[in-house]
Amino acid sequence: MKLKYFAWVRERIGKPEETIEPPPGVKTIEELIAWLAARGETYAHAFETPRVIRAAIDHAHVKQDAAIAGAREIAFFPPMTGG
Amino acid sequence: MTANVIIRIQESDFDVAREIASLSAGRNDIGAVVTFTGICRGSEDGADIAALTLEHYPGMAEAEIARHAETAMARWPVTGIRVVHRVGRITPGENIVLVVTASKHRQAAFEAAEFLMDYLKANAPFWKRVDRPDGTCWVEARDHDDAAAARWTKS
Repeated sequence: MKLKYFAWVRERIGKPEETIEPPPGVKTIEELIAWLAARGETYAHAFETPRVIRAAIDHAHVKQDAAIAGAREIAFFPPMTGG
Repeated sequence: MTANVIIRIQESDFDVAREIASLSAGRNDIGAVVTFTGICRGSEDGADIAALTLEHYPGMAEAEIARHAETAMARWPVTGIRVVHRVGRITPGENIVLVVTASKHRQAAFEAAEFLMDYLKANAPFWKRVDRPDGTCWVEARDHDDAAAARWTKS
């Protein structure tokens, strides 16, 4: 699946997107965040406060208990500040 | 009544008068047009800023705004909607966002415009970075923006 990062999540990780295959045990957004946070220092920094991280699956907002099975694109970003 | 909705995300500025004209051209059933323009302030949290840089999630940003425009069309008798959101570097005094709603009567146009702005601020994937002479920082989301969006789900 493709992952996309925006705003300070993107800056902390150091890239706007990547393609990853999480292990089968990673089934929800919450678990994906925990798995990503363990991938290295930049990821740990980006996901150090999981509750502030917002997620979208295939362009739709989801909560962190959402299942990631079948997702083509998952995005992680801070709370939105447009308008 | 044909749905007349146009949503654009662009780096360039917009012309408010032109957007209004595009909503009302060729029809005589519109009695009210409401416009909201969001403008870049020269200071943020009491400190002067050089510019804002707006980032968005291409594809999802358009989809989120379109979804809320559809909700507005279903909830109020509006005849047309324009939403233009700028991205990239925006300096103080420049336009950031435009919402235009047209309706037969003013109440629907006012309410639909306010609904769209409240939802856009809380749910549309845009992020503002403040550029100051001594560095940059991301604007933090405000709880009252979430509260403003949430009040439309009551009743």
